[in-house]
Amino acid sequence: MKPAWGVSLGAVVVASLVVGVGVGAVTLGPTDLWNGLVHGEGNGGAIIRQLRVPRVLLAFAVGGTLALSGAALQALIRNPLADPYLLGLSGGAGLGAVLALALKIGSIWAVPAAAFVGALGAVALVYRLSLVSGRRLDPRILLLAGVVVGAFAGALMSAIIALSDATELRNAFLWLLGGLGGASWRTLGIFGVYAIVPTVVLLASARSLDLLALGEEPARHLGADVERTKRIIYGTTALLTAASVAVCGIIGFVGLVVPHAVRQVLGPLHRPLLPVVFLVGGSFLVLTDTVARTAVRPLELPVGVVTALVGVPLFAVLLRRTLT
Amino acid sequence: MILEAKGITVQYPGALRPALDGVSCAVGPGELLAIVGPNGSGKTTLLRGLLGLVDPTSGQGLVQDRPIDQWRRSDLARVIGVVTQREESVFPLRVEEAVMLGRYARLGPLAPPGAGDRAAVEQAMARCDVTDLRTRHVDTLSGGEWQRVRVARALAQEPAALVLDEPTSALDVRHEMEVLELVRVLVDGGLAGILVTHQLNLAARFADRLLLLDHGRVVAEGSPESVLTAQTVEAVFEWPIAVTVWVDGSPQVIPLRPGERA
Repeated sequence: MKPAWGVSLGAVVVASLVVGVGVGAVTLGPTDLWNGLVHGEGNGGAIIRQLRVPRVLLAFAVGGTLALSGAALQALIRNPLADPYLLGLSGGAGLGAVLALALKIGSIWAVPAAAFVGALGAVALVYRLSLVSGRRLDPRILLLAGVVVGAFAGALMSAIIALSDATELRNAFLWLLGGLGGASWRTLGIFGVYAIVPTVVLLASARSLDLLALGEEPARHLGADVERTKRIIYGTTALLTAASVAVCGIIGFVGLVVPHAVRQVLGPLHRPLLPVVFLVGGSFLVLTDTVARTAVRPLELPVGVVTALVGVPLFAVLLRRTLT
Repeated sequence: MILEAKGITVQYPGALRPALDGVSCAVGPGELLAIVGPNGSGKTTLLRGLLGLVDPTSGQGLVQDRPIDQWRRSDLARVIGVVTQREESVFPLRVEEAVMLGRYARLGPLAPPGAGDRAAVEQAMARCDVTDLRTRHVDTLSGGEWQRVRVARALAQEPAALVLDEPTSALDVRHEMEVLELVRVLVDGGLAGILVTHQLNLAARFADRLLLLDHGRVVAEGSPESVLTAQTVEAVFEWPIAVTVWVDGSPQVIPLRPGERA
Protein backbone atom coordinates (compact mmCIF):
# COMPACT_ATOMS: atom_id res chain seq x y z
CA MET A 1 0.00 0.00 0.00
CA LYS A 2 1.27 3.46 -0.86
CA PRO A 3 2.09 5.69 2.15
CA ALA A 4 -0.46 8.28 0.97
CA TRP A 5 -3.20 5.67 1.19
CA GLY A 6 -2.07 4.68 4.68
CA VAL A 7 -2.16 8.30 5.87
CA SER A 8 -5.62 8.94 4.43
CA LEU A 9 -6.90 5.70 5.91
CA GLY A 10 -5.56 6.70 9.33
CA ALA A 11 -7.19 10.13 8.96
CA VAL A 12 -10.54 8.55 8.05
CA VAL A 13 -10.42 6.22 11.06
CA VAL A 14 -9.54 9.03 13.50
CA ALA A 15 -12.08 11.43 11.97
CA SER A 16 -14.88 8.88 12.18
CA LEU A 17 -14.10 8.19 15.84
CA VAL A 18 -14.00 11.92 16.69
CA VAL A 19 -17.24 12.61 14.81
CA GLY A 20 -18.87 9.58 16.40
CA VAL A 21 -18.00 10.70 19.92
CA GLY A 22 -18.62 14.42 19.31
CA VAL A 23 -21.91 14.37 17.44
CA GLY A 24 -25.18 13.17 18.88
CA ALA A 25 -28.45 14.29 20.43
CA VAL A 26 -26.24 16.73 22.37
CA THR A 27 -23.44 18.01 20.14
CA LEU A 28 -20.23 18.69 22.00
CA GLY A 29 -17.52 21.19 21.08
CA PRO A 30 -13.80 20.35 21.11
CA THR A 31 -13.34 21.66 24.69
CA ASP A 32 -16.25 19.62 26.08
CA LEU A 33 -14.97 16.63 24.18
CA TRP A 34 -11.46 16.98 25.60
CA ASN A 35 -12.62 17.56 29.17
CA GLY A 36 -15.12 14.76 28.98
CA LEU A 37 -12.69 12.26 27.53
CA VAL A 38 -9.65 13.06 29.59
CA HIS A 39 -11.09 14.25 32.90
CA GLY A 40 -14.58 12.77 32.81
CA GLU A 41 -16.03 16.12 33.78
CA GLY A 42 -17.71 19.16 32.22
CA ASN A 43 -20.92 19.14 30.21
CA GLY A 44 -20.45 15.88 28.48
CA GLY A 45 -18.37 13.80 30.87
CA ALA A 46 -20.98 11.17 31.61
CA ILE A 47 -22.44 11.18 28.13
CA ILE A 48 -19.05 10.67 26.57
CA ARG A 49 -17.62 8.13 28.94
CA GLN A 50 -20.68 6.04 29.64
CA LEU A 51 -22.61 6.30 26.37
CA ARG A 52 -20.74 7.54 23.35
CA VAL A 53 -17.28 6.05 23.72
CA PRO A 54 -18.49 2.48 24.26
CA ARG A 55 -21.08 2.90 21.50
CA VAL A 56 -18.54 4.23 19.02
CA LEU A 57 -16.04 1.51 19.89
CA LEU A 58 -18.71 -1.19 19.59
CA ALA A 59 -19.83 0.21 16.23
CA PHE A 60 -16.21 0.17 15.07
CA ALA A 61 -15.62 -3.39 16.24
CA VAL A 62 -18.89 -4.71 14.77
CA GLY A 63 -18.46 -2.85 11.47
CA GLY A 64 -14.88 -4.07 11.20
CA THR A 65 -15.67 -7.72 11.93
CA LEU A 66 -18.71 -7.76 9.61
CA ALA A 67 -16.64 -6.34 6.75
CA LEU A 68 -13.79 -8.75 7.50
CA SER A 69 -16.19 -11.71 7.56
CA GLY A 70 -17.71 -10.58 4.26
CA ALA A 71 -14.30 -10.37 2.60
CA ALA A 72 -13.30 -13.84 3.83
CA LEU A 73 -16.60 -15.44 2.79
CA GLN A 74 -16.38 -13.87 -0.66
CA ALA A 75 -13.05 -15.65 -1.14
CA LEU A 76 -14.38 -18.91 0.35
CA ILE A 77 -17.46 -19.01 -1.87
CA ARG A 78 -15.55 -17.41 -4.77
CA ASN A 79 -18.38 -14.95 -5.20
CA PRO A 80 -18.07 -11.19 -4.71
CA LEU A 81 -21.76 -11.06 -3.73
CA ALA A 82 -21.32 -13.17 -0.60
CA ASP A 83 -22.44 -11.52 2.61
CA PRO A 84 -21.91 -12.65 6.23
CA TYR A 85 -25.64 -13.26 6.55
CA LEU A 86 -25.96 -15.64 3.64
CA LEU A 87 -25.14 -18.63 5.78
CA GLY A 88 -28.64 -18.57 7.25
CA LEU A 89 -27.33 -16.52 10.15
CA SER A 90 -29.79 -13.66 9.93
CA GLY A 91 -32.77 -16.01 9.75
CA GLY A 92 -31.55 -18.11 12.67
CA ALA A 93 -30.68 -15.09 14.80
CA GLY A 94 -33.98 -13.39 14.00
CA LEU A 95 -35.93 -16.50 14.88
CA GLY A 96 -34.11 -16.83 18.20
CA ALA A 97 -34.69 -13.19 19.09
CA VAL A 98 -38.36 -13.13 18.10
CA LEU A 99 -38.94 -16.33 20.03
CA ALA A 100 -37.41 -14.77 23.15
CA LEU A 101 -39.56 -11.65 22.72
CA ALA A 102 -42.73 -13.64 22.09
CA LEU A 103 -42.17 -15.87 25.10
CA LYS A 104 -41.63 -12.70 27.18
CA ILE A 105 -38.41 -13.99 28.68
CA GLY A 106 -37.63 -11.20 31.12
CA SER A 107 -33.90 -10.61 31.28
CA ILE A 108 -32.37 -7.93 29.05
CA TRP A 109 -29.84 -10.54 28.03
CA ALA A 110 -32.47 -12.96 26.78
CA VAL A 111 -32.85 -11.48 23.29
CA PRO A 112 -29.14 -11.26 22.41
CA ALA A 113 -28.48 -14.68 23.92
CA ALA A 114 -31.39 -16.23 22.03
CA ALA A 115 -30.19 -14.53 18.82
CA PHE A 116 -26.71 -15.91 19.33
CA VAL A 117 -28.01 -19.42 19.91
CA GLY A 118 -30.37 -19.15 16.93
CA ALA A 119 -27.55 -17.95 14.67
CA LEU A 120 -25.18 -20.72 15.68
CA GLY A 121 -28.01 -23.27 15.30
CA ALA A 122 -28.66 -22.11 11.75
CA VAL A 123 -24.94 -22.13 10.97
CA ALA A 124 -24.55 -25.67 12.27
CA LEU A 125 -27.52 -26.83 10.20
CA VAL A 126 -26.17 -25.15 7.05
CA TYR A 127 -22.75 -26.67 7.70
CA ARG A 128 -24.24 -30.15 8.09
CA LEU A 129 -26.24 -29.79 4.87
CA SER A 130 -23.14 -28.67 2.97
CA LEU A 131 -20.95 -31.62 3.86
CA VAL A 132 -20.68 -33.73 0.73
CA SER A 133 -20.18 -37.44 1.33
CA GLY A 134 -19.72 -36.79 5.02
CA ARG A 135 -16.59 -34.64 5.10
CA ARG A 136 -16.01 -32.26 2.19
CA LEU A 137 -17.46 -28.77 2.46
CA ASP A 138 -18.86 -27.69 -0.90
CA PRO A 139 -19.10 -23.87 -1.16
CA ARG A 140 -21.85 -23.98 -3.80
CA ILE A 141 -24.04 -26.16 -1.61
CA LEU A 142 -23.13 -23.92 1.34
CA LEU A 143 -24.64 -20.99 -0.53
CA LEU A 144 -27.85 -22.88 -1.36
CA ALA A 145 -28.16 -24.36 2.12
CA GLY A 146 -27.70 -20.90 3.64
CA VAL A 147 -30.48 -19.49 1.52
CA VAL A 148 -32.99 -22.27 2.27
CA VAL A 149 -32.24 -22.45 6.01
CA GLY A 150 -32.50 -18.66 6.18
CA ALA A 151 -35.81 -18.70 4.32
CA PHE A 152 -37.23 -21.41 6.58
CA ALA A 153 -36.21 -19.58 9.75
CA GLY A 154 -37.59 -16.36 8.25
CA ALA A 155 -40.96 -18.01 7.64
CA LEU A 156 -41.14 -19.28 11.23
CA MET A 157 -40.18 -15.81 12.43
CA SER A 158 -42.93 -14.18 10.37
CA ALA A 159 -45.45 -16.65 11.76
CA ILE A 160 -44.48 -15.79 15.35
CA ILE A 161 -44.58 -12.05 14.61
CA ALA A 162 -48.02 -12.41 13.01
CA LEU A 163 -49.35 -14.08 16.15
CA SER A 164 -47.81 -11.58 18.59
CA ASP A 165 -49.33 -8.36 19.93
CA ALA A 166 -48.40 -4.94 18.56
CA THR A 167 -45.73 -3.82 21.05
CA GLU A 168 -43.76 -7.01 20.74
CA LEU A 169 -44.07 -6.73 16.99
CA ARG A 170 -42.52 -3.28 16.96
CA ASN A 171 -39.72 -4.34 19.30
CA ALA A 172 -38.97 -7.36 17.19
CA PHE A 173 -38.85 -5.36 13.99
CA LEU A 174 -36.67 -2.65 15.49
CA TRP A 175 -34.31 -5.23 16.85
CA LEU A 176 -34.11 -7.05 13.51
CA LEU A 177 -33.17 -3.85 11.70
CA GLY A 178 -30.16 -3.45 13.90
CA GLY A 179 -29.18 -0.80 16.39
CA LEU A 180 -26.36 0.08 18.71
CA GLY A 181 -28.66 1.61 21.34
CA GLY A 182 -27.80 -1.16 23.79
CA ALA A 183 -24.08 -0.41 23.67
CA SER A 184 -22.24 -0.22 27.00
CA TRP A 185 -18.80 -1.11 28.28
CA ARG A 186 -20.25 -4.46 29.21
CA THR A 187 -21.59 -5.30 25.71
CA LEU A 188 -18.30 -4.12 24.27
CA GLY A 189 -16.47 -6.45 26.63
CA ILE A 190 -18.69 -9.41 25.78
CA PHE A 191 -18.31 -8.77 22.05
CA GLY A 192 -14.55 -8.52 22.52
CA VAL A 193 -14.41 -11.90 24.24
CA TYR A 194 -16.10 -13.55 21.24
CA ALA A 195 -14.45 -11.51 18.52
CA ILE A 196 -10.76 -11.12 19.28
CA VAL A 197 -9.55 -14.66 18.59
CA PRO A 198 -11.61 -15.20 15.38
CA THR A 199 -10.51 -11.77 14.10
CA VAL A 200 -6.84 -12.58 14.61
CA VAL A 201 -7.32 -16.02 13.00
CA LEU A 202 -9.01 -14.47 9.96
CA LEU A 203 -6.30 -11.84 9.54
CA ALA A 204 -3.66 -14.57 9.70
CA SER A 205 -5.50 -16.61 7.03
CA ALA A 206 -4.89 -14.00 4.33
CA ARG A 207 -2.54 -16.11 2.22
CA SER A 208 -4.75 -19.20 2.46
CA LEU A 209 -7.65 -17.06 1.23
CA ASP A 210 -5.60 -15.90 -1.78
CA LEU A 211 -5.13 -19.55 -2.72
CA LEU A 212 -8.71 -20.60 -1.96
CA ALA A 213 -10.02 -17.80 -4.19
CA LEU A 214 -8.36 -19.56 -7.17
CA GLY A 215 -10.57 -22.61 -6.75
CA GLU A 216 -9.96 -25.72 -4.71
CA GLU A 217 -7.77 -27.66 -7.10
CA PRO A 218 -5.26 -24.91 -7.94
CA ALA A 219 -5.23 -24.01 -4.23
CA ARG A 220 -4.23 -27.57 -3.31
CA HIS A 221 -1.46 -27.67 -5.90
CA LEU A 222 -0.05 -24.42 -4.52
CA GLY A 223 0.14 -25.92 -1.03
CA ALA A 224 -3.14 -24.99 0.71
CA ASP A 225 -4.78 -27.38 3.16
CA VAL A 226 -8.14 -26.64 1.57
CA GLU A 227 -10.54 -28.56 3.82
CA ARG A 228 -8.96 -27.19 6.99
CA THR A 229 -8.97 -23.63 5.65
CA LYS A 230 -12.63 -23.85 4.67
CA ARG A 231 -13.61 -25.07 8.14
CA ILE A 232 -11.58 -22.30 9.80
CA ILE A 233 -13.06 -19.57 7.63
CA TYR A 234 -16.58 -20.89 8.07
CA GLY A 235 -16.23 -21.23 11.85
CA THR A 236 -14.64 -17.86 12.49
CA THR A 237 -16.98 -15.85 10.25
CA ALA A 238 -19.99 -17.61 11.77
CA LEU A 239 -18.83 -16.83 15.29
CA LEU A 240 -18.09 -13.19 14.47
CA THR A 241 -21.40 -12.63 12.73
CA ALA A 242 -23.41 -14.38 15.43
CA ALA A 243 -21.68 -12.25 18.09
CA SER A 244 -22.46 -9.06 16.17
CA VAL A 245 -26.09 -10.08 15.72
CA ALA A 246 -26.33 -10.74 19.45
CA VAL A 247 -25.09 -7.27 20.45
CA CYS A 248 -26.78 -5.13 17.81
CA GLY A 249 -29.18 -7.09 15.59
CA ILE A 250 -28.81 -7.50 11.85
CA ILE A 251 -26.82 -4.77 10.13
CA GLY A 252 -26.72 -5.41 6.42
CA PHE A 253 -24.53 -4.18 3.58
CA VAL A 254 -21.36 -3.49 5.60
CA GLY A 255 -20.08 -6.99 4.85
CA LEU A 256 -21.01 -6.69 1.18
CA VAL A 257 -20.11 -3.12 0.18
CA VAL A 258 -16.95 -2.48 2.19
CA PRO A 259 -14.85 -5.45 0.93
CA HIS A 260 -16.04 -4.74 -2.61
CA ALA A 261 -15.06 -1.07 -2.42
CA VAL A 262 -11.67 -1.69 -0.80
CA ARG A 263 -10.88 -4.40 -3.36
CA GLN A 264 -11.44 -1.84 -6.14
CA VAL A 265 -8.65 0.28 -4.67
CA LEU A 266 -6.17 -2.25 -3.26
CA GLY A 267 -6.75 -5.27 -5.50
CA PRO A 268 -7.78 -8.70 -4.25
CA LEU A 269 -4.64 -9.87 -2.38
CA HIS A 270 -5.87 -10.53 1.16
CA ARG A 271 -2.80 -9.62 3.18
CA PRO A 272 -3.12 -5.89 2.44
CA LEU A 273 -6.89 -6.16 1.92
CA LEU A 274 -8.12 -7.64 5.21
CA PRO A 275 -6.71 -5.10 7.73
CA VAL A 276 -7.91 -2.21 5.56
CA VAL A 277 -11.35 -3.80 5.16
CA PHE A 278 -11.54 -4.04 8.97
CA LEU A 279 -10.65 -0.36 9.47
CA VAL A 280 -12.92 0.91 6.69
CA GLY A 281 -15.81 -1.28 7.86
CA GLY A 282 -15.37 0.04 11.39
CA SER A 283 -15.32 3.69 10.27
CA PHE A 284 -18.29 3.10 7.97
CA LEU A 285 -20.45 1.76 10.79
CA VAL A 286 -19.38 4.50 13.23
CA LEU A 287 -20.39 7.17 10.72
CA THR A 288 -23.67 5.53 9.70
CA ASP A 289 -24.53 5.03 13.37
CA THR A 290 -23.85 8.73 13.96
CA VAL A 291 -26.30 9.53 11.17
CA ALA A 292 -28.78 7.01 12.63
CA ARG A 293 -28.85 8.71 16.01
CA THR A 294 -28.81 12.34 14.78
CA ALA A 295 -30.81 12.48 11.53
CA VAL A 296 -34.25 12.48 13.17
CA ARG A 297 -33.33 13.38 16.76
CA PRO A 298 -34.58 12.98 19.37
CA LEU A 299 -35.74 9.76 17.69
CA GLU A 300 -33.28 7.22 16.39
CA LEU A 301 -33.28 5.34 13.07
CA PRO A 302 -32.23 1.69 13.06
CA VAL A 303 -28.63 1.73 11.86
CA GLY A 304 -29.41 -1.13 9.45
CA VAL A 305 -31.73 1.27 7.62
CA VAL A 306 -28.93 3.81 7.26
CA THR A 307 -26.33 1.29 6.10
CA ALA A 308 -28.79 0.09 3.46
CA LEU A 309 -29.69 3.63 2.37
CA VAL A 310 -25.99 4.49 2.00
CA GLY A 311 -24.84 1.04 0.95
CA VAL A 312 -27.27 0.34 -1.88
CA PRO A 313 -26.47 3.43 -4.00
CA LEU A 314 -22.77 2.97 -3.28
CA PHE A 315 -22.96 -0.65 -4.33
CA ALA A 316 -24.86 0.25 -7.50
CA VAL A 317 -22.14 2.74 -8.45
CA LEU A 318 -19.38 0.20 -7.74
CA LEU A 319 -21.22 -2.43 -9.74
CA ARG A 320 -21.45 -0.13 -12.75
CA ARG A 321 -17.74 0.63 -12.46
CA THR A 322 -16.85 -3.06 -12.27
CA LEU A 323 -18.95 -3.93 -15.31
CA THR A 324 -17.62 -1.20 -17.59
CA MET B 1 11.76 -41.69 -9.49
CA ILE B 2 10.17 -38.33 -8.82
CA LEU B 3 6.58 -39.30 -9.63
CA GLU B 4 5.34 -42.86 -9.68
CA ALA B 5 1.97 -44.61 -9.90
CA LYS B 6 1.95 -48.13 -8.47
CA GLY B 7 -1.02 -50.15 -9.70
CA ILE B 8 -3.53 -47.36 -9.07
CA THR B 9 -7.17 -48.44 -9.25
CA VAL B 10 -9.89 -45.84 -8.78
CA GLN B 11 -13.57 -46.68 -8.69
CA TYR B 12 -15.87 -43.68 -8.30
CA PRO B 13 -18.97 -44.23 -6.12
CA GLY B 14 -21.88 -45.57 -8.18
CA ALA B 15 -19.73 -46.40 -11.23
CA LEU B 16 -20.09 -49.87 -12.74
CA ARG B 17 -16.42 -50.28 -13.61
CA PRO B 18 -13.27 -48.61 -12.32
CA ALA B 19 -12.21 -45.34 -13.96
CA LEU B 20 -8.64 -46.53 -13.58
CA ASP B 21 -7.65 -50.18 -13.35
CA GLY B 22 -4.22 -51.06 -11.98
CA VAL B 23 -2.22 -48.40 -13.80
CA SER B 24 1.49 -48.01 -13.14
CA CYS B 25 3.88 -45.45 -14.57
CA ALA B 26 6.88 -43.44 -13.46
CA VAL B 27 8.85 -40.41 -14.51
CA GLY B 28 12.35 -39.29 -13.51
CA PRO B 29 14.43 -36.11 -13.93
CA GLY B 30 14.93 -34.86 -17.48
CA GLU B 31 12.15 -37.04 -18.81
CA LEU B 32 8.81 -36.06 -20.38
CA LEU B 33 6.00 -38.59 -20.23
CA ALA B 34 2.89 -37.93 -22.33
CA ILE B 35 -0.35 -39.54 -21.21
CA VAL B 36 -2.71 -40.02 -24.15
CA GLY B 37 -5.99 -41.81 -24.78
CA PRO B 38 -9.60 -41.21 -25.80
CA ASN B 39 -12.04 -39.12 -23.76
CA GLY B 40 -12.93 -40.95 -20.57
CA SER B 41 -9.95 -43.30 -20.78
CA GLY B 42 -8.74 -42.28 -17.30
CA LYS B 43 -6.03 -39.70 -18.06
CA THR B 44 -7.23 -37.08 -15.62
CA THR B 45 -8.11 -39.71 -13.01
CA LEU B 46 -4.54 -41.01 -13.22
CA LEU B 47 -3.25 -37.50 -12.54
CA ARG B 48 -5.70 -37.12 -9.65
CA GLY B 49 -4.48 -40.40 -8.16
CA LEU B 50 -0.83 -39.45 -8.65
CA LEU B 51 -1.37 -36.05 -7.05
CA GLY B 52 -3.43 -37.29 -4.12
CA LEU B 53 -6.70 -35.61 -5.13
CA VAL B 54 -8.58 -38.89 -5.09
CA ASP B 55 -8.15 -41.87 -2.79
CA PRO B 56 -7.34 -44.96 -4.91
CA THR B 57 -9.34 -48.13 -4.25
CA SER B 58 -6.00 -49.90 -4.41
CA GLY B 59 -2.43 -49.02 -5.33
CA GLN B 60 -0.83 -45.68 -4.57
CA GLY B 61 0.95 -42.66 -5.91
CA LEU B 62 4.54 -42.07 -4.82
CA VAL B 63 6.38 -38.77 -4.82
CA GLN B 64 10.15 -39.07 -4.44
CA ASP B 65 9.47 -42.66 -3.34
CA ARG B 66 7.19 -41.59 -0.47
CA PRO B 67 3.44 -42.43 -0.58
CA ILE B 68 1.41 -39.37 -1.53
CA ASP B 69 -0.87 -39.59 1.53
CA GLN B 70 2.15 -39.11 3.80
CA TRP B 71 2.88 -35.70 2.27
CA ARG B 72 1.59 -32.39 3.59
CA ARG B 73 0.17 -30.25 0.77
CA SER B 74 2.62 -27.44 1.50
CA ASP B 75 5.59 -29.82 1.19
CA LEU B 76 4.15 -31.34 -1.97
CA ALA B 77 3.87 -27.88 -3.52
CA ARG B 78 7.66 -27.53 -3.22
CA VAL B 79 8.17 -30.68 -5.30
CA ILE B 80 5.38 -30.68 -7.91
CA GLY B 81 4.10 -27.76 -9.95
CA VAL B 82 0.74 -28.40 -11.59
CA VAL B 83 -1.01 -26.58 -14.41
CA THR B 84 -4.64 -27.70 -14.25
CA GLN B 85 -6.97 -27.94 -17.20
CA ARG B 86 -9.15 -24.98 -16.30
CA GLU B 87 -9.00 -22.10 -13.88
CA GLU B 88 -11.14 -19.00 -13.80
CA SER B 89 -10.21 -15.97 -11.78
CA VAL B 90 -13.07 -14.47 -9.79
CA PHE B 91 -10.78 -11.86 -8.23
CA PRO B 92 -8.19 -11.14 -10.96
CA LEU B 93 -4.65 -10.47 -9.72
CA ARG B 94 -1.82 -8.78 -11.55
CA VAL B 95 0.58 -11.15 -13.33
CA GLU B 96 3.44 -10.71 -10.83
CA GLU B 97 1.05 -11.26 -7.90
CA ALA B 98 -0.33 -14.39 -9.55
CA VAL B 99 3.19 -15.80 -10.07
CA MET B 100 4.07 -14.98 -6.44
CA LEU B 101 1.29 -17.39 -5.37
CA GLY B 102 3.76 -20.09 -6.42
CA ARG B 103 5.90 -19.07 -3.43
CA TYR B 104 3.11 -19.32 -0.84
CA ALA B 105 4.04 -22.86 0.18
CA ARG B 106 7.39 -21.46 1.30
CA LEU B 107 6.05 -18.29 2.97
CA GLY B 108 4.70 -18.06 6.51
CA PRO B 109 1.19 -16.70 7.04
CA LEU B 110 2.29 -13.08 7.45
CA ALA B 111 5.97 -12.47 6.63
CA PRO B 112 6.54 -10.58 3.37
CA PRO B 113 8.30 -12.39 0.49
CA GLY B 114 12.09 -12.32 0.81
CA ALA B 115 14.79 -11.66 -1.78
CA GLY B 116 14.91 -15.35 -2.69
CA ASP B 117 11.15 -15.42 -3.34
CA ARG B 118 11.29 -12.33 -5.52
CA ALA B 119 14.24 -13.73 -7.47
CA ALA B 120 12.36 -17.01 -8.09
CA VAL B 121 9.35 -15.06 -9.37
CA GLU B 122 11.51 -12.91 -11.67
CA GLN B 123 13.27 -15.97 -13.05
CA ALA B 124 10.01 -17.84 -13.61
CA MET B 125 8.48 -14.86 -15.39
CA ALA B 126 11.56 -14.44 -17.56
CA ARG B 127 11.61 -18.12 -18.58
CA CYS B 128 7.97 -18.01 -19.58
CA ASP B 129 8.36 -14.66 -21.30
CA VAL B 130 5.71 -12.88 -19.23
CA THR B 131 7.93 -10.26 -17.57
CA ASP B 132 6.52 -7.53 -19.80
CA LEU B 133 3.01 -8.45 -18.65
CA ARG B 134 3.82 -8.11 -14.94
CA THR B 135 1.38 -5.31 -14.11
CA ARG B 136 -1.44 -6.60 -16.35
CA HIS B 137 -4.50 -8.09 -14.69
CA VAL B 138 -4.75 -11.77 -15.54
CA ASP B 139 -8.32 -11.43 -16.83
CA THR B 140 -7.07 -9.15 -19.63
CA LEU B 141 -4.57 -11.71 -20.98
CA SER B 142 -5.01 -13.82 -24.09
CA GLY B 143 -5.36 -17.58 -23.68
CA GLY B 144 -1.71 -18.15 -24.54
CA GLU B 145 -0.43 -15.44 -22.19
CA TRP B 146 -2.59 -16.74 -19.32
CA GLN B 147 -1.31 -20.26 -19.85
CA ARG B 148 2.30 -19.04 -19.79
CA VAL B 149 1.57 -17.15 -16.57
CA ARG B 150 0.22 -20.35 -15.02
CA VAL B 151 3.35 -22.25 -16.09
CA ALA B 152 5.41 -19.41 -14.57
CA ARG B 153 3.46 -19.75 -11.32
CA ALA B 154 4.25 -23.49 -11.27
CA LEU B 155 7.94 -22.74 -11.95
CA ALA B 156 8.04 -20.21 -9.11
CA GLN B 157 7.34 -23.20 -6.87
CA GLU B 158 10.85 -24.36 -7.90
CA PRO B 159 9.50 -27.89 -8.31
CA ALA B 160 11.28 -31.07 -9.27
CA ALA B 161 8.33 -32.13 -11.44
CA LEU B 162 5.93 -30.30 -13.70
CA VAL B 163 2.48 -31.77 -14.41
CA LEU B 164 0.35 -30.28 -17.18
CA ASP B 165 -3.24 -31.34 -17.89
CA GLU B 166 -4.10 -30.46 -21.50
CA PRO B 167 -2.17 -27.20 -21.30
CA THR B 168 -2.70 -26.28 -24.93
CA SER B 169 -6.29 -27.38 -25.57
CA ALA B 170 -7.53 -23.78 -25.99
CA LEU B 171 -4.50 -22.40 -27.83
CA ASP B 172 -3.77 -21.67 -31.46
CA VAL B 173 -0.78 -23.23 -33.24
CA ARG B 174 1.78 -20.61 -32.27
CA HIS B 175 0.83 -20.49 -28.61
CA GLU B 176 0.56 -24.25 -28.44
CA MET B 177 4.07 -24.65 -29.84
CA GLU B 178 5.43 -21.95 -27.53
CA VAL B 179 4.07 -23.70 -24.42
CA LEU B 180 5.34 -27.13 -25.52
CA GLU B 181 8.78 -25.79 -26.49
CA LEU B 182 8.98 -24.17 -23.06
CA VAL B 183 8.04 -27.44 -21.36
CA ARG B 184 10.66 -29.32 -23.37
CA VAL B 185 13.37 -26.80 -22.43
CA LEU B 186 12.41 -27.06 -18.76
CA VAL B 187 12.49 -30.86 -18.86
CA ASP B 188 15.87 -30.81 -20.61
CA GLY B 189 17.00 -28.59 -17.74
CA GLY B 190 16.31 -31.43 -15.30
CA LEU B 191 12.61 -31.32 -14.42
CA ALA B 192 10.48 -34.43 -14.58
CA GLY B 193 7.46 -33.75 -16.81
CA ILE B 194 4.01 -35.28 -17.23
CA LEU B 195 1.84 -34.00 -20.04
CA VAL B 196 -1.76 -35.06 -20.57
CA THR B 197 -2.84 -34.29 -24.10
CA HIS B 198 -5.14 -35.16 -27.00
CA GLN B 199 -2.51 -34.12 -29.56
CA LEU B 200 -0.94 -37.46 -30.50
CA ASN B 201 1.36 -35.94 -33.10
CA LEU B 202 2.77 -33.28 -30.81
CA ALA B 203 3.11 -35.83 -28.00
CA ALA B 204 5.14 -37.99 -30.39
CA ARG B 205 7.48 -35.08 -31.17
CA PHE B 206 7.95 -33.62 -27.69
CA ALA B 207 7.70 -36.53 -25.25
CA ASP B 208 10.32 -39.15 -24.47
CA ARG B 209 7.70 -41.76 -23.69
CA LEU B 210 3.98 -42.19 -24.27
CA LEU B 211 1.45 -43.91 -22.03
CA LEU B 212 -1.68 -44.87 -23.95
CA LEU B 213 -4.77 -45.46 -21.83
CA ASP B 214 -8.11 -46.97 -22.81
CA HIS B 215 -11.02 -47.78 -20.49
CA GLY B 216 -8.80 -47.16 -17.48
CA ARG B 217 -6.09 -49.63 -18.56
CA VAL B 218 -2.64 -49.20 -20.06
CA VAL B 219 -2.78 -50.32 -23.70
CA ALA B 220 0.80 -49.45 -24.61
CA GLU B 221 3.75 -47.68 -23.06
CA GLY B 222 7.14 -46.78 -24.40
CA SER B 223 8.79 -44.75 -27.15
CA PRO B 224 6.42 -42.84 -29.49
CA GLU B 225 7.13 -45.20 -32.40
CA SER B 226 6.39 -48.28 -30.30
CA VAL B 227 3.08 -46.87 -29.00
CA LEU B 228 1.69 -45.08 -32.04
CA THR B 229 1.30 -48.03 -34.40
CA ALA B 230 -1.62 -48.03 -36.83
CA GLN B 231 -3.06 -51.17 -35.31
CA THR B 232 -3.01 -49.92 -31.69
CA VAL B 233 -4.24 -46.41 -32.43
CA GLU B 234 -7.09 -47.64 -34.66
CA ALA B 235 -8.22 -50.11 -32.03
CA VAL B 236 -8.16 -47.60 -29.18
CA PHE B 237 -9.68 -44.58 -30.94
CA GLU B 238 -12.07 -46.68 -33.07
CA TRP B 239 -11.23 -44.79 -36.25
CA PRO B 240 -9.11 -45.75 -39.28
CA ILE B 241 -5.73 -44.00 -39.36
CA ALA B 242 -2.45 -44.05 -41.18
CA VAL B 243 0.95 -43.48 -39.59
CA THR B 244 3.67 -41.55 -41.41
CA VAL B 245 7.09 -40.46 -40.22
CA TRP B 246 8.07 -36.81 -39.85
CA VAL B 247 11.61 -35.63 -40.69
CA ASP B 248 12.64 -35.83 -37.05
CA GLY B 249 11.73 -39.52 -37.09
CA SER B 250 8.62 -39.22 -34.94
CA PRO B 251 5.47 -41.12 -35.95
CA GLN B 252 2.59 -38.90 -37.10
CA VAL B 253 -1.01 -40.08 -37.02
CA ILE B 254 -3.30 -39.13 -39.92
CA PRO B 255 -7.00 -39.92 -39.36
CA LEU B 256 -8.52 -41.26 -42.58
CA ARG B 257 -11.75 -40.18 -44.26
CA PRO B 258 -14.21 -42.83 -45.41
CA GLY B 259 -12.86 -44.53 -48.56
CA GLU B 260 -9.30 -43.32 -48.02
CA ARG B 261 -6.54 -45.85 -47.73
CA ALA B 262 -3.05 -45.37 -46.48
